[in-house]
Amino acid sequence: MDMSLVNSFDRDNILVARVDDFLNWARASSTWYFQFGLACCAIEMIAAAQPRHDLERFGAMPRASPRQADVIIVSGTVTMTMATRIKRLYDQMAEPKYIISMGSCSNSGGPYWQHGYHVLKGVDLIVPVDIYVPGCPPRPEALIDGLLALHKKIREDTPLRKVS
Amino acid sequence: MEFTEIIARVDQLAPGAFAPAEEGAGHVWVQPEQWLKVAQLLREDPELHFDSLMCLSGHDRGPEQPLWVAYNLHSMDILHKLEVRIEALREGGSIFSVANIWRTADWHEREVYDLFGINFEGHPDMRRILLPVDWEGHPLLKDYTAPDYYRGIPVLKDKRGWE
Ligand code: SF4
Repeated sequence: MDMSLVNSFDRDNILVARVDDFLNWARASSTWYFQFGLACCAIEMIAAAQPRHDLERFGAMPRASPRQADVIIVSGTVTMTMATRIKRLYDQMAEPKYIISMGSCSNSGGPYWQHGYHVLKGVDLIVPVDIYVPGCPPRPEALIDGLLALHKKIREDTPLRKVS
Repeated sequence: MEFTEIIARVDQLAPGAFAPAEEGAGHVWVQPEQWLKVAQLLREDPELHFDSLMCLSGHDRGPEQPLWVAYNLHSMDILHKLEVRIEALREGGSIFSVANIWRTADWHEREVYDLFGINFEGHPDMRRILLPVDWEGHPLLKDYTAPDYYRGIPVLKDKRGWE
């Protein structure tokens, strides 16, 4: 977090900042995530949310509804049955929205990348992924690293300027 | 009871329902049209009392051969087991459902239908269970080929190095 913003309150209660920075600081500080645990990777995502790793200290709170979430963490094997649902739930999320793809399965099909007729070979075939977290499964630290990478990405965003 | 004793008991109660068991096979083939009657008997008869259907699975030996379904039965009070098998046609095969006799069979029969395309006559809710409802084909058949697209999503098939 950019502490210079907070420290400026000590002096004169006037905040001087670029609007982009201010908005991005707010957005990156509360990335509520839509938990989308699909297989074994979900266990690590749950572990990351538990007190030992405590994802909430980074402002990430699990939500069970796409309407309340800023980021969707797709963790696990995306089957064809689930693929259509992920697409629909992603469409239901409010902009701006981000996707973290957690684990080999949702990155590329994982152990099923050759054989599984029923497994989607990477969730990026149907939705745009922002952060890929490698591993089978990734440890909670890896997910935290992915989340911090997402924060970095959000802070470099320009939410008020339209991208042409 | 031992395998041969179980067979003898069924032969006595429902003659001709079982095909003669092969030596040392450990399973027995049932005449499809007798299956409902035999299933009832296996469950209800106090000496057999197979109250648990442990597993139910489809099998495919390859193209142009009939499929079969194997039922693994277990009795929780007598502690004996039995495997019975039933053949089904490859195209439009149908077997009597035993979902009303062993509740376990409900989802298992749907799975066999989903992956092998065998219909279970009299099943309360015969539809796919694992794959999406609009999936085409039955993937565990040996002559199955996966589609290239499902609802516009590419089904990538990289088979370099193993085929
Ligand atoms: S990447 Fe590995 S651990 Fe994660 S869902 Fe796939 S198989 Fe399970």
